Formats: sequence, C-alpha cells, structure tokens
Amino acid sequence: MGEAAGAVEAEPVDEAAGVLEPWEVFRQEKDGDPMRHGGSVMAPDATLAVHYAREMYGRRQESVHLWVVRRADIHDLADPDLLQPPLDRSFKKPGGYVMREKLAAAREASGQQKPRANKGDR
Amino acid sequence: MTDPLALDPVLPARERSQLPFNDAALDHDERYRHFEEHVTGGGKVEATDWMPDEYRTQVLRFVEMHANSELMGVLPEREWIMRAPTLRRKLALTAKVQDEVGHAQLLYRVAEDLGKPREAMIQDLLAGKTKFHNVFHYPTKSWADIGIIAWLVDAAAIVAQQALRDSSYAPYARTMRKICWEESVHIMHGRDVVVTMVTGTPAQRASIQEALDRWWGPLMQMHGPRSDRSKDRDIHWKIKAKTSEELRQEFLGIYVPRIWELGLTLPDPNLGLDPATGEWRYTEPDWNELRRVVTNHGPKSEERLQFRRDNWAATQWVRDAILAAPRAAA
Ligand SMILES: [Fe+2]
Ligand SMILES: [Fe+2]
Repeated sequence: MGEAAGAVEAEPVDEAAGVLEPWEVFRQEKDGDPMRHGGSVMAPDATLAVHYAREMYGRRQESVHLWVVRRADIHDLADPDLLQPPLDRSFKKPGGYVMREKLAAAREASGQQKPRANKGDR
Repeated sequence: MTDPLALDPVLPARERSQLPFNDAALDHDERYRHFEEHVTGGGKVEATDWMPDEYRTQVLRFVEMHANSELMGVLPEREWIMRAPTLRRKLALTAKVQDEVGHAQLLYRVAEDLGKPREAMIQDLLAGKTKFHNVFHYPTKSWADIGIIAWLVDAAAIVAQQALRDSSYAPYARTMRKICWEESVHIMHGRDVVVTMVTGTPAQRASIQEALDRWWGPLMQMHGPRSDRSKDRDIHWKIKAKTSEELRQEFLGIYVPRIWELGLTLPDPNLGLDPATGEWRYTEPDWNELRRVVTNHGPKSEERLQFRRDNWAATQWVRDAILAAPRAAA
C-alpha cells in the first residue's frame, strides 16, 4: 500500500544493459525558490539525463538550478492511513480554535468594547 | 490506431490518498463507476492511478496525435531556416523549431508513461498508422508562409492548448502549461514577421496576402467539423474541455480583428460576426479536403513522412551509441 511505488518499477540496470529509463527533473526558477517538479526525460545514465534536462528545462534561461533524479530512486508515500488519517487534527491548525462567542461573552461580562481592527488578534 | 490491450500500465498502481477507484479490493465495475464520478466531477488523474482501459486509450490517442503533430510540424518551417532574411530571424526560427521538437519530446514522454513505447509511436507515425494535424501536410512557398504559420497556425493551436491546461489527465495538463508558455513566443515571432512585411514594400505586402489566402482554408479546417458535445468521449472524460466549433469561434474572435487591423483581407465573403448571435458566420470549410489531407493524401504528406523515415534511419547510429555508451556513475 503506497510504499516506494517508484522503486518497484525498474529493476536495477547493470553496467552494460543500455536501457533507457525515466529520470525526474526538478527545477529552481530563481535563487531562493523551492525546487519544483518540471517533468521527466528518458536516458540511459545520469550524464545524458542531465544533458537532456538542460535542453528541455533550461534552454531559455528559465532555471538556475536543476535536480535530476532516477525515477526508480524516488520513494513514494501516498498511504491515506498515514497521511490522511480519519482523526480530528484541528487542534494542530489555527482554524481549530474558534472563540468568537466566548470573547463576546467575556467582553459583556467585563463591560469592555471590542478593540479596533487588529490583524494579529487571535 | 492503438490497440487498448497493448497498453499495460508502465507505472505500478498506487493508492493515492482516498481515491476509491485505486482500491484493488473493489471489482472492475465499481472502480469504473468511482473513476467516472471522480473525473466527471473535475478530479485529476495521475499516471500511477488505476484507470479504465477506455480512458487510458483515449488519453494516449489524444496525446500521441498531439506529439506527432509537434514532430511533423517543424518540417514546413525547417525548410526556411537556411533562407531566413536576417540572422535574428534565423535564430528565432531555429529556436522555434527546437521548441516544437521539444514539445514532441515532452508529449511522447507523457504518452510513454501510459504504456506505449516511443519506438512504437514513431513506427506507427512513419507507417502512416497514426495521424498528424492537417496544416503540416502543406507546402511553404515563401518566407511569408513562415510568418503566417508562426502567427496563425500556432494561434489556432494555442487556443486548443490553453483549454488543455486543465485536462483531467494531470501529467498532460502540467505539460501543456509549459508548452503554452513557450508557444506565446512563437506567436509574437510570427506576428512580428507579418507586421514587418505588411509595412514593407508592396511586394512584401502582397506576399503576406497571398500566403494568408492560401492558409485560410486549412486554418478553418484545423479544429475539425462541428461535433455533438454529448457524444464526444474526450469531453466526457474531460481530457479536453471545448468542442471544435467553440475553439474555432474563439480563434476567429481573437484573430480576425487582428488580421483586418493590418488591412489584410480574408478569402471568405461570408465571414463576419453575427450581431444577433455573437457567433462568427463563415463559409462551410471543405471537410473532404480535411479528411483527404489527414489520411496522408495532402500535397506534402508523403514527402514529409519520407523525410522522417530517412531521418530515422540516418540517426539510428545516435540511438545505438546512446545505448552502447558505458554507463557513467549514476
Ligand atoms: Fe508546439
Ligand atoms: Fe509553436
């Protein structure tokens, strides 16, 4: 279930096999940006994969940095039991704390006005 | 044509979050129903998802035809690289040709992950078993053709491609976003060639008008005859969103005014915006010509396919060398 799906695909390729396999390309558009998935290329080895990646994802100066990763080396996790467990996780999110009515009650009890707009108010 | 049975998933199926059709414990009909509900409701499909054979085949056929068109589409333009009038035009045209071959590469990659090897796709194209777009079966007679192709053929294509950026098949949609970004440059290059010639000598202006007159028929045919939305399986599966007529109307709406703005005319006395319906009226395109041309009976079909066959044979040593090369440290 969802484990290392990419890794099951290709058997390890030995030195002389000469087999084309997919390599995933990640690109950084400018300094400080995250690496984002761009697409993939087919190549028999890392050297050619990098060369193709440069042609396909960098030929018009749209990238400052590329990562080229053999698809078979990517470990995949999409198991909903681990990533989307059906438990209430709202206590881990700011939106999980709703106190509008309690605040109104507190103000009423203390006789205070609602403060003017304050973006940091939680 | 691609035999659906020949399409084995090349990627292992995975269980993507809570998508019920990925659940191998369900029977086929149930998975199909969940899948259909997901896709028709606007859900996206990844290469690793389970998908019905019909969907896999339908997406593959669509993407393969698109890839073929990008690959064959550079041949008419390629003929003018050595005859470009200035160095800058030559650089731009060479870059465009490289882009289009790059689009073919990206699209064949998408198709490969659906289960058809690239070698098989090339072989089917060379054998005339699969098709490419009508506009790439015609000759390029003058430099003006290069302007008209890059401006209007690419514009007609981009109208269709923009609508594909939201395709239900997510790897295709993502690829279309990259391609559309590159296409926008082609249109500017083409429009610049046309505007330059229109404002040039009378002979240059006449040359553009002559090219436009010749290309108008194929351009009007390019998106295909009107079709019944409810019967279109590509629309049902949300592989594409718009019918051929919707695309043609969009193309006419944007580009006819831009053509007229240059003082150029279009060879269709019936062409005009119907104020009552807001739709463009036009003379019915020659659908017999379209059918003839896309089945490889166009004026340049055989010559262009033969060029590809010769090229495929002449570059065999490159593919052999790539596979024979000792593997570098990976
Ligand atoms: Fe293209
Ligand atoms: Fe283009």
